[in-house]
Amino acid sequence: MNRFILPLGIFALLAIVLAIGIKRSPEKGIIPSPLIGKAAPQFTLPVLADSSRTLSSADLKGRWYVFNVWGTWCYECRAEHEALLEIQKLAQVPIIGLDWKDEEPDAVRWLAELGNPYEVVAADREGRTAIDWGVYGAPETFLVDPQGVVVYKYVGAMTLEAWQTRFVPRLPPRRAAKS
Amino acid sequence: MMRRVVIHTVLVCLLVASASTYAVDPTEMPTPELQRRYLGLTHELRCMQCQNEAISDSPVSLAADLRRQVREMLLAGKSDDDVRNYMVARYGDFILFRPRVAASTIWLWAAPGVLLLIGAAVAVRITKQRAALVAQDNEPVDEDIRSS
Repeated sequence: MNRFILPLGIFALLAIVLAIGIKRSPEKGIIPSPLIGKAAPQFTLPVLADSSRTLSSADLKGRWYVFNVWGTWCYECRAEHEALLEIQKLAQVPIIGLDWKDEEPDAVRWLAELGNPYEVVAADREGRTAIDWGVYGAPETFLVDPQGVVVYKYVGAMTLEAWQTRFVPRLPPRRAAKS
Repeated sequence: MMRRVVIHTVLVCLLVASASTYAVDPTEMPTPELQRRYLGLTHELRCMQCQNEAISDSPVSLAADLRRQVREMLLAGKSDDDVRNYMVARYGDFILFRPRVAASTIWLWAAPGVLLLIGAAVAVRITKQRAALVAQDNEPVDEDIRSS
């Protein structure tokens, strides 16, 4: 009997390790952002379609906002666009866009054709602000609180379901109840 | 016939050689020392979009942006660790192909040692058991014969 204890122990240990791996596999490929709980990166960028204006991170302080990174070259961004429009209609939190490494005319045409869910869109032509936000593939969507702290990051195409289950619970109850 | 084979071989070699000089990243730093550090860093930073390539080898635009960042930081006199810290602050430990020792990566570093210890313990046990068997075996045979 004694000689079964060691192999059994090793088997149990392996089973536990693998079970943890399987349980976490839906999140596999999603790399946790080190920005969660930290101050949102600062930036000052020209506003899309109105380069005489700039949008700066300081302008956004004092209220909740969603920061959505997109580009017209990004297929998944087209897939999530409808969901962004619906989220905007809920009017719980304004959506700020970051047009990442894009051509201005393409981006303007995209918003004219598909509708504009954004309160304002900052144009990051060189991709420097995206690096500061740790963006590695559009679309990525952040939730930022009034203190300017990044509360949550969602990687991949936004859906209404993701909004209701992952973003809304992180909002203060009064704001969440607006839906 | 022989000559054609030789010519073909030479041509193929030339093709292979020219392919290796045409790299993804043509960046040249002003000094050999900076060039060495630049190559070292771009080879140890992961391309987050492709995940199994270093940013030195990846043609995607984010990798190009990160190489530009490395180049600019080195030219500005930053140290290799400054560059690594900059990247980790934004993208997390995952961007380093050689992860640091931290609470979240300790298993990664400890696992080989732990496995080696387990292996050694098993090996010692087996050796001892076998040695015990040999000892039994060496007992005088005629005792058994007489008793049977």
